[in-house]
Amino acid sequence: MSPSAPEGSLAWRRTPFRIPLLRIELRIPNWGEGIFKSLTFLFALSIPILIFVVGLEMALSSRLSLAQFGWRFLVTSTWDPVFGKFGALPFIYGTLVSSFLALLFALPLSLGTAIYLSEMAPHGIRGPLANLVELLAAIPSVIYGLWGILVLAPLMRQYVQPFLKATLGFLPFFQGPAYGVGMLTAGVILSVMIVPFIASVSREVLLAVPQSQREAALALGATRWEMIRTAVLPYGKGGIVGGIMLGLGRALGETMAVTMVIGNRPDIALSLFAPGYTMASVIANEFTEATGNLYLSALVEIGLVLFLLTIVVNALARLLVWRVTSGPKGGIRE
Amino acid sequence: MTPQVLKQVIFPNSAVFEEPRGQSSCLLKVDALSAWFGATQALHEISMDLERNQVTAVIGPSGCGKSTFIRCLNRMHEEVPGARVSGTVLLEGANIYDPAVDPVIIRRKIGMVFQKPNPFPTMSIYDNVASGLKLNGLRNRRQLDEIVEKSLKMAALWEEVKDQLEESGMSLSGGQQQRLCIARALAVTPDVLLMDEPCSALDPISTAKIEELIYQLKKNYTIVIVTHNMQQAARVSDRTAFLYLGKLIEMGETQKIFTSPREKQTEDYITGRFG
Amino acid sequence: MNSNLTYLKRKTTNWVMSRLSLLFALLTLLPLALIFFYLLSKGVSALNLDFLTHLPKPVGEPGGGMANAIVGTLILVGLACLLGLPIGILAGVYLAEFGHNRFGLLVRFTADVMNGIPSIVIGIFAYTIVVLPMRRFSALAGGVALGIMMIPVVTRTTEELLKLVPVSLREAALALGIPRWKTIVSVVLRTARMGIVTGALVAVGRIAGETAPLLFTAFGNRFWQSGLVQPIAALPLQIFAYAISPFDDWHSQAWAGALVLISLVFLIGLFTRLLLKSKYSLRGGQ
Repeated sequence: MSPSAPEGSLAWRRTPFRIPLLRIELRIPNWGEGIFKSLTFLFALSIPILIFVVGLEMALSSRLSLAQFGWRFLVTSTWDPVFGKFGALPFIYGTLVSSFLALLFALPLSLGTAIYLSEMAPHGIRGPLANLVELLAAIPSVIYGLWGILVLAPLMRQYVQPFLKATLGFLPFFQGPAYGVGMLTAGVILSVMIVPFIASVSREVLLAVPQSQREAALALGATRWEMIRTAVLPYGKGGIVGGIMLGLGRALGETMAVTMVIGNRPDIALSLFAPGYTMASVIANEFTEATGNLYLSALVEIGLVLFLLTIVVNALARLLVWRVTSGPKGGIRE
Repeated sequence: MTPQVLKQVIFPNSAVFEEPRGQSSCLLKVDALSAWFGATQALHEISMDLERNQVTAVIGPSGCGKSTFIRCLNRMHEEVPGARVSGTVLLEGANIYDPAVDPVIIRRKIGMVFQKPNPFPTMSIYDNVASGLKLNGLRNRRQLDEIVEKSLKMAALWEEVKDQLEESGMSLSGGQQQRLCIARALAVTPDVLLMDEPCSALDPISTAKIEELIYQLKKNYTIVIVTHNMQQAARVSDRTAFLYLGKLIEMGETQKIFTSPREKQTEDYITGRFG
Repeated sequence: MNSNLTYLKRKTTNWVMSRLSLLFALLTLLPLALIFFYLLSKGVSALNLDFLTHLPKPVGEPGGGMANAIVGTLILVGLACLLGLPIGILAGVYLAEFGHNRFGLLVRFTADVMNGIPSIVIGIFAYTIVVLPMRRFSALAGGVALGIMMIPVVTRTTEELLKLVPVSLREAALALGIPRWKTIVSVVLRTARMGIVTGALVAVGRIAGETAPLLFTAFGNRFWQSGLVQPIAALPLQIFAYAISPFDDWHSQAWAGALVLISLVFLIGLFTRLLLKSKYSLRGGQ
């Protein structure tokens, strides 16, 4: 090692051992280090840049529609490609209603599953069951859609919807003809898709609760459920809410399964049996058939709204989950 | 069918410990207690008597099974997957390991304070102390206030926190948090208080405060304290048990154990030759 | 007496809650059983050699297959990897080695947020930057869309797995005088090689089943691939087209296609899991 190298300089480490008597420090410029760091930095930078570019590109491509309709685009409900009148309200309505419906069904199921998997289940089956839940989350959306349109929709039409009509038909939500496809079916299939997701995230949050908290509750003479209620759930509350929001984000952007079972009619109706349309679905169905730049621009604008909506929901959700699981988690699951 | 028998039939678990028994001096009697973690045996046939209103210290080198031992006394050991226990532990004559007995009841009668203070972070100081009471169905605000004040006074924490009862439990220092946990455990009026190295995570001043506390508490409670600090055991306890590799080597009056122990192993440990 | 009643109430609540959570867990898994049941019962009958080797038949004619769709999916995944893997891995390397600062936090956060962008929005983006300039749908556009979706997944997985390589290994290399970048490339990456492959597989599993971003990029094709700048068939696209058609024959083929697709996704997942397991036992031997 060259003893004349100044303290703390990197050259100290780089100087080859075979020049022991050289008093003059040969500072070999280390090109590799700089290039490598810059290269990886550039690629890392591409990620936030990409999000920005996507948003920018969408905004640019929808400028025709933005210029033509302005803010009214969000609150107009006419969708008339023939006369060039476009309003996004039916789709926003459809997206929000189907997603919230999905959340309604998904909340108890996913929380119950997460609690079962992390606290109640016998230890031997916890792992395999969690794997099964992950399996559900890995099924591609189009397969859910296939099952939805060929199995679930007929089931809804023949059994579930008539039943609901007979029992709860006095409510405006359960009136009208039962097609099988419609808002309710879309909500059901969306909830089937987001339950495993919320359950996985919630389960991780619950597993992160320190054992000392559980022991504190048990030592006071709490039953298993009381321990969960007093020590585990309050501790993981933030993360669970984050997980629910992530699930909401998922539902908002879900395309294929919803497109196949929602009926694809740009109407706003109170009845859950009625067909509807979501932002993602209208883009999926009409994009390739859009005639004229205004039509296309309107569709891209809908995409822009969807983009912004999901970014906000996801950002909030990630913050919540990060806070409870103390720091960003690994990317294997998401 | 007397009312007592009827009660026993309908509520088999709870009835067992409601009747006040004779005031024998031995509150907790451990008989041939063995414990396993899966296939590994951690405790080998330990038998000891724990006297009422006394402080019993359990000492021994790391890994000798001290924590496992006191966790067996309130049936916390069985919470570990694969854990197993054999032998009996008699609380006032009734075996807490009887299959018909619900651990939930036992843990109310035998409370525990842990090594690292673990107040519930989402609850206020008041709610922390009251948590055990609320679990048992006590809702009357006035009664809760009374018991919370009494417990905090017993834990020598009342003066320090009486004006900030609504603050989070985490806003206190380490020593205060541990006293909060003690108050929480005392609030449900247990018969026995188990303490698993309660001072090892605290600074010397907090430690001294808690040792003083233990000395006051033993007037009304029976205490078992696990400690790796022999001076602490000597200061605080009436009787001491020395555990080594899961076996009870020697037990007796603290004075005697520390000045003239019977067994060579005890003497070796006390004089610092190992552990 | 009151305390006994309270106790009974507590025990009952506990019992109810534990049964309820079990019920909910079973209900959650019920769709899994149902979907598999239908996939197998309806898909197996249409799954034959013809299906795997033939092109789709024109409307109304029975028979035909999804051979071009299967190949198309493989091509698209390959293209996506060309884009997504280098960017993702290098970004992940940056995060693991140099990213312990605010910028690293920003990148991690945006990567997670990017994961949540609806795939159809990515499809629109790919449409505007590839399809419009080229004035045609193409495999390239589909590959770009899928590649963009891969980036955040690969980045985070690479980062997490690189972090697992013990610091002592890097220090040993540095102490020998090896420059840092060479340490990373030859020592760290080689050790984490398996992990990076795993991360890539996870990302591939995610994008292989995506349909929405391909709707107006790859677009679909009823014939064999004729170059990367032409529309290309893909398994999910074909399944979608057949599922919404009114023909029963096509419905059966959709089930068969779904069976093939899910086998692909699950095989990748199984492989990933096995790799992860062996990776962790391999680490002990280092």
